[in-house]
Amino acid sequence: MSRKKVLRAAGSALVVLVSLYLLQKLLVPKYVTDVVEGAFIAEYYQEEKDHDVIFIGDCEVYENFTPALLWEEYGINSYIRGSAQQLVWQSYYLLEDTLRYEKPDAVIFNVLAMMYNEPQKEAYNRMTLEGMRWSPSKVKAVQASMTESENFLDYVFPLLRYHARWSQLEPEDFTHMFQREKVSHNGYYMRVDVKPAENVPEGRILADYSFGQNAYDYLDRITNLCREEGIQLILVKAPSLYPYWYEEWEEQMEEYAAVNGLLYVNFLDLLEETGVDFTTDTYDGGLHMNLAGAEKITRYLGRVLRDQAGLEDRRGEEHLSRMWEEKLAAYEREKQEQYLKYGVEEAGEGGNARENSAENTG
Amino acid sequence: MLLTSYEFLGFLAVLLVLYYLVPRGFQWKLLLAASYLFYFVAGPLFPLYILVTTATTYLVSCRIEGIGRRQSVYLKENKGSLSKEEKKAYKQKNKTAQWRWMLACLLFNLGILAVVKYGNFAISNINGLVQALGGRGEFGLLGIIVPMGISFYTFQSMGYLIDVYRGVVPAERNFFRLALFVSFFPQLIQGPISRFGDLSQTLFSEHPFEGKTLCLGLQRVLWGYFKKLVVADRVVTGITTITRGGISEYEGAYVFVGMMFYALQLYADFTGGIDITIGVAQAMGIRVAENFNRPFFSKSIKEYWNRWHMTMGSWFTDYIFYPISVCKPMLKFSKFARAHFGEAVGKRMPVYLSSFAVWSATGIWHGASWNFIVWGLANWVVIMISQELEPLYARFHGRFSVQGKWGFKLFQVLRTILLMSSLRIFDCYRDVGTAFRMFGTLFTRWNWQILWDGSLLELGLSGLDYGILAAGLLMMVLVSLVQRTGSVREKIAARPYPVRFLLWYGLFLLVLLMGAYGVGYDASQFIYNQF
Repeated sequence: MSRKKVLRAAGSALVVLVSLYLLQKLLVPKYVTDVVEGAFIAEYYQEEKDHDVIFIGDCEVYENFTPALLWEEYGINSYIRGSAQQLVWQSYYLLEDTLRYEKPDAVIFNVLAMMYNEPQKEAYNRMTLEGMRWSPSKVKAVQASMTESENFLDYVFPLLRYHARWSQLEPEDFTHMFQREKVSHNGYYMRVDVKPAENVPEGRILADYSFGQNAYDYLDRITNLCREEGIQLILVKAPSLYPYWYEEWEEQMEEYAAVNGLLYVNFLDLLEETGVDFTTDTYDGGLHMNLAGAEKITRYLGRVLRDQAGLEDRRGEEHLSRMWEEKLAAYEREKQEQYLKYGVEEAGEGGNARENSAENTG
Repeated sequence: MLLTSYEFLGFLAVLLVLYYLVPRGFQWKLLLAASYLFYFVAGPLFPLYILVTTATTYLVSCRIEGIGRRQSVYLKENKGSLSKEEKKAYKQKNKTAQWRWMLACLLFNLGILAVVKYGNFAISNINGLVQALGGRGEFGLLGIIVPMGISFYTFQSMGYLIDVYRGVVPAERNFFRLALFVSFFPQLIQGPISRFGDLSQTLFSEHPFEGKTLCLGLQRVLWGYFKKLVVADRVVTGITTITRGGISEYEGAYVFVGMMFYALQLYADFTGGIDITIGVAQAMGIRVAENFNRPFFSKSIKEYWNRWHMTMGSWFTDYIFYPISVCKPMLKFSKFARAHFGEAVGKRMPVYLSSFAVWSATGIWHGASWNFIVWGLANWVVIMISQELEPLYARFHGRFSVQGKWGFKLFQVLRTILLMSSLRIFDCYRDVGTAFRMFGTLFTRWNWQILWDGSLLELGLSGLDYGILAAGLLMMVLVSLVQRTGSVREKIAARPYPVRFLLWYGLFLLVLLMGAYGVGYDASQFIYNQF
């Protein structure tokens, strides 16, 4: 092959690769202003990896627990690796992935995901898996999570998945092609607005209340991994009224925790102790806590971590304190912005948020 | 493994690399292994079907040729001792034996096709008939999965056997070469139906690596993907809405829109698939017969059928039309008809009856349901009528000198498109009664305002989709126009490198970004897969 042909081929290949790279960067969703939940998983990698506690699980972890308060009041450095409808196997592989970087003292897993035994929705898979860095854990997570219509190659080259997004591009797709600001606070998704829980439907009758074998297998793997690594695994059920948490499910989880010697905290049974008030502490009618509710839950959890899990107060560590100073400032800033945006009064002594305007209920 | 799947692209990439790496004498063997692997992936039992057809065709073709060879030897050895009558009788005996062998093999393979593809259709009809007559019993349907491309490879092997019987081609003595001819994977999916004499010229040859051949092949593959993914799989949403949605809601002008959409989809889908097939073969230096010659530029329905699915058309002509029209019973019938109905009618009868057989077979070949049979026969009726009207056309052209004029040509082309699209309505609605009823609403429900009042945007296609479809259609028309003076790819290849690069990479990006594939798109299989 002549030198000219070699140069031509190399030049063409370069043009192809660079243009495809740029196209991919442009077309993948940015999760900056809309559906920000999709950005949470990736944000972890920007963090300094020295956490005492790692949360894994679905929206019930990233909307109901706030690491900022855990630090502020208990000196516990935590991070939430939560994502929308995170399935048990995804939680397992996210834990595996986390252990590549650090070994926390405790892992908190929200058990609602036990209700799913099979892959569910592609959109949720994407929000959990796309943010993971490539590793054997991610490969296995993708393989375990794909629905029938999905293809592994679409994860390797997201351009194939999002090729048609060119017709829905927003300015943020251009401005955030290479850099995105953090949208969470150590994985916590803040909402301060209020929408009281009213007329929450009872759970419909199920044919079978047993959790699936696949879900149990992965919960076992989480348990075993924590045991092997000397990490305390704590199971929690966040105080969300919907999806309905059945008594039969509760029994299975209590039994599992007892058999495996795990601490299990069901916050639905602790409404009085935590002080959660579903008329003021939820922003979506009882599905998730707002900031006021999340702080109440976290305050209780902090006590559990300190008193029962024996986690120490690290506020004396200068480096961490400095780091958290910045994080708390950002946390406070967003809090104020949201109070303004939603017209909500800051939680008072009782810790309950109040709306200023009935229209601003989110 | 769909032609539009990542798996197929991976399979093709690996195969192309291996194809040019292995010793050249091994290339066709690699293709055979790849073809069977391809078929195995489509269905683990499928290779068994194709193997049975190949084996029976091989054995019988060798047997037929063996009879012929022995005959030659015998006649040579007994040249002086046999009388003319004895020679004739001996030849006749052998011909009969060969014919019987061929017939047995054809019936056997057609039998497989009939049971596998048409068994349930026959059972459903028998059950319907039994119920109509007041019976209560019901035959259970067969739980057989129709092997991919069974019609294509069955017809291809039948054509080969008939050619051996006719002495057009010698019997292939190497079983594995015949196996590759029957199973060659690109054409296994939707044709074309190749002839052994044509395909074998390049299928078994040694092909050194040539960058240009590879590029030209892959360029055609890319063009095929453009038609399939950007046009065919995009317009399918509109067709589904009109034909499968609330039927009564989409009457009148919607039927017309559905017919036009379907014509576009079928053309883009089928020709796109054939482009991929021919392109893949070309990338390996193999020449596969063309199947289309710009059919929508035809000025009559007869011409259309000479330019659409050409390998199927010529197959039916050579192996059904001619044998029927010149067989002894038909000649006798022709004589009888001339004697009883007059010369004009009598001489037409064999042609009409043979055409009837061809179009019935064409209809059945397209699918095991009545809508396809009626569609085939509707084509026959239209062709026969247009033939009968020829003297009228001649008188018209004698009086008005419009023949050859641009405007009249355009009228003829549009008339053919409209006629062909109307006939495809049986294919659109998949039910004869519904098709007739919906076609009727074209004249009874006057709602042509839907063409401009925004109703078309409620068929599941956005304004952007229409824009892409219009651009895709325009590109296909332009390519067809340029094709009249030679290969478009060759013309592009003569351009400077930056132009070539921009054109092909641009087309690649169009497919990549505008193709209806992946999650969110219910990319349909190639329509002709099912045949």
